[in-house]
Amino acid sequence: MPGTAPRPGGRSGAPWLYLAPALVVLGGLLVYPIYQLGLISFLEYTQAQVSGGEPTTFQGFGNYAELFGDGEFWRVLLATVVFAAACVVSTLAVGCALAVLLTRVRAVPRLALMLAALGAWATPAVTGSTVWLLLFDPDFGPVNRMLGLGDHSWTYGRYSAFLLVLLEVVWCSFPFVMVTVYAGIRAVPAEVLEAAALDGASQWRIWRSVLAPMLRPILVVVTIQSVIWDFKVFTQIYVMTNGGGIAGQNLVLNVYAYQKAFASSQYSLGSAIGVVMLLILLAVTLVYLRLLRRQGEEL
Amino acid sequence: MNLPRARVRRPWRSAAEISALLIAVVVAFPLYWMVLSAFRPAGEIESSEPRPWTLSPSLDSFRRVFEQQEFGRYFLNSLLVASAVVVASALIAFLAATAVTRFRFRFRTTLLIMFLVAQMVPVEALTIPLFFLMRDFGQLNTLGSLILPHIAFSLPFAIWMLRGFVKAVPEALEEAAYIDGASRARFLWRILFPLVFPGLVATSVFSFISAWNDFLFAKSFIISDTSQSTLPMALLVFYKPDDPDWGGVMAASTVMTIPVLIFFVLVQRRLVSGLGGAVKD
Repeated sequence: MPGTAPRPGGRSGAPWLYLAPALVVLGGLLVYPIYQLGLISFLEYTQAQVSGGEPTTFQGFGNYAELFGDGEFWRVLLATVVFAAACVVSTLAVGCALAVLLTRVRAVPRLALMLAALGAWATPAVTGSTVWLLLFDPDFGPVNRMLGLGDHSWTYGRYSAFLLVLLEVVWCSFPFVMVTVYAGIRAVPAEVLEAAALDGASQWRIWRSVLAPMLRPILVVVTIQSVIWDFKVFTQIYVMTNGGGIAGQNLVLNVYAYQKAFASSQYSLGSAIGVVMLLILLAVTLVYLRLLRRQGEEL
Repeated sequence: MNLPRARVRRPWRSAAEISALLIAVVVAFPLYWMVLSAFRPAGEIESSEPRPWTLSPSLDSFRRVFEQQEFGRYFLNSLLVASAVVVASALIAFLAATAVTRFRFRFRTTLLIMFLVAQMVPVEALTIPLFFLMRDFGQLNTLGSLILPHIAFSLPFAIWMLRGFVKAVPEALEEAAYIDGASRARFLWRILFPLVFPGLVATSVFSFISAWNDFLFAKSFIISDTSQSTLPMALLVFYKPDDPDWGGVMAASTVMTIPVLIFFVLVQRRLVSGLGGAVKD
């Protein structure tokens, strides 16, 4: 429970004093940029305005109309949603399965798996991307040799390129799920599980009826975090498919916005894409908050 | 989960342990291959029959990396950015987490929800307005343009996570300190801070990684002054999609990964308990 006891000199200003640095930083570098993002998305804002000194003109929903009228945008949006969903499902499945596995083994295998996972987790996205590219390189990579695929190029086809990125994303993001779920399972009192086992419940039954409900808050947290991370994958796509793949076949919203803004100087279109992403993630957040509320969590 | 030992039958446990070890090997393989490729002598990487070992390890790739680029400088830049972000966000988050757990005040719940929502903001989407903000403040091409946004973006999660740790410190301790005549500042820094420190370490993993790994901001804000580049940018100099210098890329990748690995191994234990604590409450 948060403190309710009176503080010496407990004027109501004290908490705000503590909060001041955080609020200043967040206000200046998070809230204000969000406002700016929205603003730019309603303006005509290209190279002419940025460095040519031309006046900015208000476009209303013009940029959005242009965006929504572009078939490419819908293709990228669909690809982003499907790709993110695939990443989230695979990450959660691998992470949870390995967390359960960790609870079944003795210290040495557990430590080995834990260290390997921490290594994958610690690997920066850029290096992870280049390493996976080398592993799957058509000429020099060990994977094609092992699978006998000859010089099959993984980044050439749209789906195989997405698959390659997915593998890398799962590799570097399952450890968070595994460690968190494992920590959660460990926090379940042993007596509860023993009681279930004594009552003759099967392993699957124990997982479904005892562990899963107790782990629900944790599962919600890791799911939401994964959705957020995977929905805005940038580095992996950018590096592994060289900026969005052949003819933009592997673009996701984040990379698309970047390309629009910084490669073709259409800052307002890029911002409009950013606003779309923001709104989608905001919707996810609201779902999350409702779930928390329903669990009766006290903030 | 400590299932009653007798119920986990022996063959099952052996199977589980063997698969755990096998999976550990698979998961570690990319890192092994990275280090291996970095130590391979010139020409061996570009072989169509890659062997999972090397008979004559060489430092050529590392030498090339450090000579061709001002790699040491980029390394220091990255280190500077990451440390500044870790220290600043830890201190600011500590104060904020104390405020929201140790005091009751108006808008407290609203503020907490705001912090939660702020975590979800796709910071990448803010690259464009931040670019103009940095330009207006003359921060483009400086390390400040990387440090400041990362402090802001790691704060909400850090505050959210530290909350649990601050909460865990008993109220009685605080009252005892005041009765003993400690000032609020003294309690904050001499008593609360050391007690919450493990939590700060767990939290700092996330801010360290986000700052150390940052690629998008570095790519967008450090546009002309390469002396302010960070490692992710430098690494890509060796990676030309048509003709990558794999030895150089892997050596640079190794150099870039090692500090994070060390950091992780150091905080490993606290990370696991920290995550457990953060999600439990």
